[in-house]
Amino acid sequence: MSTNTELSPGPGTRTAPAKTRRKRPLGIDRRPGFLTYGLLIAFFLGGAYPLWWSFVTGSGSTGAFAGPLPPLFPGSAFLANVAEVFSTIDFWAALGNSVIVSSVITISVVGFSTLAGYSFAKLRFRGKSGLMVFVIATLAVPTQLGIIPLFMMMKEFGWTGSIGAVMVPTLVTAFGVFFMRQYLVDVIPDELVEAARVDGASMIQTFWHVGVPAARPAMAILGLFTFMTAWTDYLWPLLVAPQNPTLQVALSQLQSAKYVDHTIVMAGAVMATIPLLLLFVLAGKQLVSGIMAGAVKG
Amino acid sequence: MTSTISPPSGPAQKHGPRAGKAPATPEAAESPRPRSTLRSRLGALDVKASPYLYVAPFFILFALVGLFPLVYTFVVSINDWDLLSGAGEWVGLENYAAELTDPYFWNSLFNTFSIFLLSAVPQLIAATFIAALLDQNLRAKTFWRMGVLLPYVVTPVAVTLIFSSAFDEKYGLINNLLQMLDIDPVGWKSEVLPSHLAIASMVNWRWTGYNALILLAAMQAVPRDLHESASLDGAGALRRFVSITLPGIRPTMIFVIITATVGGLQIFTEPKLFNPSSSTLGGPNREYQTTVLYLWDLAFNRGDFGKASAVAWLLFLIIIGVGLINFFISRSIASADAKHHAKPGRAARRAARERKSRRAHEPAARHSAAHDSKEDPS
Repeated sequence: MSTNTELSPGPGTRTAPAKTRRKRPLGIDRRPGFLTYGLLIAFFLGGAYPLWWSFVTGSGSTGAFAGPLPPLFPGSAFLANVAEVFSTIDFWAALGNSVIVSSVITISVVGFSTLAGYSFAKLRFRGKSGLMVFVIATLAVPTQLGIIPLFMMMKEFGWTGSIGAVMVPTLVTAFGVFFMRQYLVDVIPDELVEAARVDGASMIQTFWHVGVPAARPAMAILGLFTFMTAWTDYLWPLLVAPQNPTLQVALSQLQSAKYVDHTIVMAGAVMATIPLLLLFVLAGKQLVSGIMAGAVKG
Repeated sequence: MTSTISPPSGPAQKHGPRAGKAPATPEAAESPRPRSTLRSRLGALDVKASPYLYVAPFFILFALVGLFPLVYTFVVSINDWDLLSGAGEWVGLENYAAELTDPYFWNSLFNTFSIFLLSAVPQLIAATFIAALLDQNLRAKTFWRMGVLLPYVVTPVAVTLIFSSAFDEKYGLINNLLQMLDIDPVGWKSEVLPSHLAIASMVNWRWTGYNALILLAAMQAVPRDLHESASLDGAGALRRFVSITLPGIRPTMIFVIITATVGGLQIFTEPKLFNPSSSTLGGPNREYQTTVLYLWDLAFNRGDFGKASAVAWLLFLIIIGVGLINFFISRSIASADAKHHAKPGRAARRAARERKSRRAHEPAARHSAAHDSKEDPS
């Protein structure tokens, strides 16, 4: 990234001022050749083709599928197949459930993580380092393995079948706290917190007026990934509320018919992928920078 | 930074009513500044209690929905617990003994590790390779980065439906292509290794780009000067990659490996939905029944919560164990590396390199010295 400003204008180098070329060793910052782009295109096509293929299959009629050669271009039956999907599963109700579940989980995780992360990053209290070690230790704990007691709890409370039960296990995550703490510890200068305190702000006011504004970029990233994780979750919603399915559960139900019609299943897969594809188009850059930021911090 | 010097604005508003009562007390009447004392006491309480209040929601919720279930799983596992009739007799470690001698349990572990290795190893290699491609001075960087991330937005359920259809034994895309090439169709859903490959390919497809971006970030954090000086010393791109980039991204690599382990050993969605027409979860003969799938089958199809909980705890211990092994291996690699650096061979080589580069610079230095001495008199 830092090399951008030092780049020579192009392969021509005719206009390159001598001083920028002077100490630049060969082989660094050189524009990569066709091979690099070719390989990247190959990887991109490998990533995109299964999606394209699912659309092609989902738009074909059942008979066309059994041909010897896989069709490369979409057929004309996509809308008919989608109509079939809608008559098999309650797509819109499932979509609504997924939106509600993912949004509530996101708000909860981001809110509690910011609060706790701020406290760990900027406040002084006894036992802080011990508690933080605890948070870090739980990062690697597979809490998913607690599904049996969780299921028993939900049954006891009579919550099974409700989307409320779907949200419960992921309302907070250790990762969220860790992530916010790592971000805030560098981003907020201690002087700023102290200045707010000297000006008479209470602790919560300081959090609200100093902590939250500074945390906003990290909150957005954490929110994005929490939303995606909640949206893609399958095991727990399938267990606790199959009769009130999220989109993933409903989608999997397309497949459970005795006779699996691939065109219908694929049309459903395409429909279920559209929301996240939209998210990708709108926030793909943020996803990329979020993954890369998380890596450096983690 | 404490609130002894707090002006009236902040805490006064917040604790207004209570602070107002202060003058009524006898001690308060003696002193001219009783309000500020009480206020400062409240302020001190605010300072002391707030940090705990802020972390409390997380810890309480996490204890309830994360840790308690995990611990309670152990309680269930030492009882003869049934889905319908509930808690039965205390059986000690019998459930564990039963599972550890159950071939289906070992089969599920084998499948889990096989799928995990088939996905983790090629994925890590491919991700490193892609990251190295992306780490160059590309045009339209963001476009390529988004490009490799595309599969990540397809949910595992959708991925499995798509790949399950492609790997269909009779009409699937893959077998059709194989037949075109005159290769016998493969039993993707009825044989052990092919089914593991198919499931690993789903994981790889979705996660390779994601991990490539993580590794790319680590590569970009490797100091530029190292590359430049190595390049001056005549190291080519491959040599720089092996000697500078790879050691530089090792911590991140370990992070990726540990995350992949924790996730990979709990794989569920892909084997669950891979073959819907199989009446047994995980293939007609449990060819790809992973441990979480086995646990699910035990608990919710057969209703044996006790044994399923024992499986959950065994898997839990295995995941923690593998994580620790990862950790220690990476640490010993790091320390062995430090020793390696201290070895005479490497040191001698470096010294030789330095001598060489000094020699390369020397003429210039001598020249400039001569130049200086010439200029000095004038």
